[in-house]
Amino acid sequence: MPTKTSELTRERTRSAWIFLTPTLLVLMLVAGWPLGRTIFFSFTDASLEAIGDSTYKMVGFQNYFGEYGVFNLNAVEGFWSTDWGMAIRNTFKFSFFSVVTETFLGIVFALVLNANFKGRSFIRAAVLVPWAIPTIVSAKMWAWIMNDQFGVMNALLRSAGIIDHNIAWTADPNYALWSVVLVDVWKTTPFMALLILAALQMLPTDCYEAAHVDGIHPVRVFFKVTLPLIWPALMVAVIFRLLDALRVFDIIYVMTSNSVDTISMSGFVRREIVDNNYVGYGSAASTVLFLIIGACTVVYLKLSKVDMSK
Amino acid sequence: MNYQHQKILGTIGLYLLVALISLFCLFPFYFAIVTSLKSGTELFSSTLWPAAPSFKNYVAMFTVAEHPFGRHILNSIAVSTLVVIASLFLGVTASYALGRIQFRGRGLLLLTVLAVSMFPQVAVLSGMFELMQAIGFYNHWWGLTLPYMVFTLPFTVWVLTTFVRDLPKELEEAAIMDGCTPWGIITKVFLPVMWPALVTTGLLAFIAAWNEFMFALTFVLNNADRTVPVSISLISGADKYEIPWGKIMAASVLVTLPLIALVLIFQRKIVGGLTAGAVKG
Repeated sequence: MPTKTSELTRERTRSAWIFLTPTLLVLMLVAGWPLGRTIFFSFTDASLEAIGDSTYKMVGFQNYFGEYGVFNLNAVEGFWSTDWGMAIRNTFKFSFFSVVTETFLGIVFALVLNANFKGRSFIRAAVLVPWAIPTIVSAKMWAWIMNDQFGVMNALLRSAGIIDHNIAWTADPNYALWSVVLVDVWKTTPFMALLILAALQMLPTDCYEAAHVDGIHPVRVFFKVTLPLIWPALMVAVIFRLLDALRVFDIIYVMTSNSVDTISMSGFVRREIVDNNYVGYGSAASTVLFLIIGACTVVYLKLSKVDMSK
Repeated sequence: MNYQHQKILGTIGLYLLVALISLFCLFPFYFAIVTSLKSGTELFSSTLWPAAPSFKNYVAMFTVAEHPFGRHILNSIAVSTLVVIASLFLGVTASYALGRIQFRGRGLLLLTVLAVSMFPQVAVLSGMFELMQAIGFYNHWWGLTLPYMVFTLPFTVWVLTTFVRDLPKELEEAAIMDGCTPWGIITKVFLPVMWPALVTTGLLAFIAAWNEFMFALTFVLNNADRTVPVSISLISGADKYEIPWGKIMAASVLVTLPLIALVLIFQRKIVGGLTAGAVKG
C-alpha cells in the first residue's frame, strides 16, 4: 500500500515540525536574535544607555579597522601589546598549554582507571570531584592555596627547599597565567580522562591477548596498538576541550581579577562592554571571537564525522 | 630481573600512581574543608588539620544582613530548577522528532543545535543585554532563565536525541500499527523508557546552570537577586585588605557538597551523559 505509507510519512514529517517549533523558537530568541544584534552593534557606536533609547549611530567598520578598532595595526606599542592583542595571546597560550597538559594527564589517568586493582571504584569517584566543583569555587580554593602570604603552596615549597621566598603566584606576571593553567588542568583533566576511558573500554580485547602471548612490551603495545585505535576519539575530545578553553572567563576573572597579564578574549569583551561601556567596540571583539570559535567548530564537526543523515 | 619481579614492581608503581591521582584530585577540596573549620589566627598557619574545629564561619555566612547568602542559595536552586524543567520539556518533543522521524532538513537542524552548544557566551552578551532590558527580565533572578537556555537547551536536545535514536525500532512500531498519534507515542511509549536519560540530562543541565557565572554577574546587579557563584566571588571582609578566607571556604564547601553527593550517586549515568554530549555522533 504505497499511498498509505507515504501518507503516514507525510503525517510524521508534519508532526516532527510541530514538535520542533517550540525549541526552534526558543533557540531563535535566546541565540539567533542576540547574536545578530551583537554583530549589528559592532557596526555602531552604542553604549549601554544608548541601547535602551536607541540613540546610537552607524559607524561602518570603525570598530574593526578604525583608529581605535580591534585590528588597529598602527598602535604605537604594536598590535600584540595592545590589550586586545594581549587577550588573544593569553587566550591561545592558556588554551594550548592547558589542553596539551590535560590530554597527557588524561591519558595517564584513563590508563590507570582502566587497569584492574583494588579500590578502583573509589578512585573513579574521586576523579569526578574536581569536575563537580563549581568553577568559581575551584578558582577561590586555588587562590587561597596559592595565596602569597598564607598559602599552603608557598609553605610546602619553602619547607621542601624548592623556593626561598614567597611567590605571588596569581599576581606576579611571570606566574599568573601558569597558575590559571594549573587550576584549569586540575578541573578538566578528569573530564578528559573519562572521555578517553570511554574510548579505551570500546577497544577489542583479542589483539591485546595476542600481544601478551607474543610477549611484546606493554609500552610498545600502547604506542603501536592502543594509541592509533583511540586516536579519533582523542582528537574529538581535544578539540571539544579546545573550544571550551578558547572561551575561558570565570577562572581568570576570579583568580587574577582580569588583569591585563592574564585577561582572556571573553574577559576583554566583557570588560569593554560592561565596565568601559564601549558596546560597539566590545561587540566587534566578540564577533571576532565568535568567528574564531566558529572556525574551530567546523574543524570539530569534520573530525568527529558527525553523521547527520543517520 | 625476572618476570615475577617485574610484576611486583608494576603493581607497586600502579598503586603509587593511584595514590598520586587521588591526592591531586582530593587535596584542594580537603584543604577547603579544613580552612572552613579554622578560625582566628589559626587560619593563617597553613596546618593540614584544624586544631579547634568550629562552625563559626558557616554560621557567619547566614548572619550578615548585607550579604543574604541563604537567599542567594534559594535563587540558584530556583533558577536552575526552572531552566531544567523548561529545557527537558522542550527537549523531549524535539529529540523525538530529531531522533525517530526521517524528514528533509533534519541534518541541518542537528548541526544548528550542535553549533549553538559551542557558542561562546560573550558572543550574545550585548544583544542579550538589550533583549533582557526590553522585556523586563534584567536585574531579576528569574530573568536568568532566558540566557541560561542558550547553553542548557542545545545540550539537552543533543543528548536526548542520541539516546532516543538508539532505542529499538520495535518500540513504536506496534503503537503506529494501532493508529496511535505522534503525541500519544511520545507520552505513552517514549516517556516511560526515557526517564534515565531525563535524570542524567536534567542533572547535568542543573549543574551547568548552578555554576554559571558570566551572565549572572552581568545581568543581575540587585544584591538580593544574585546567584551563588557571584555571591561567593563578592564575599568581602570588614575592610578591603582583609579577605575572609574562612567564610569564603565555608560558603564554597556548602554549595559544593550537595553537588558532589549528587554526582557520586548518579556516577555511572553522568559519565554516560558526558560522553554522549561530547563525542557520540
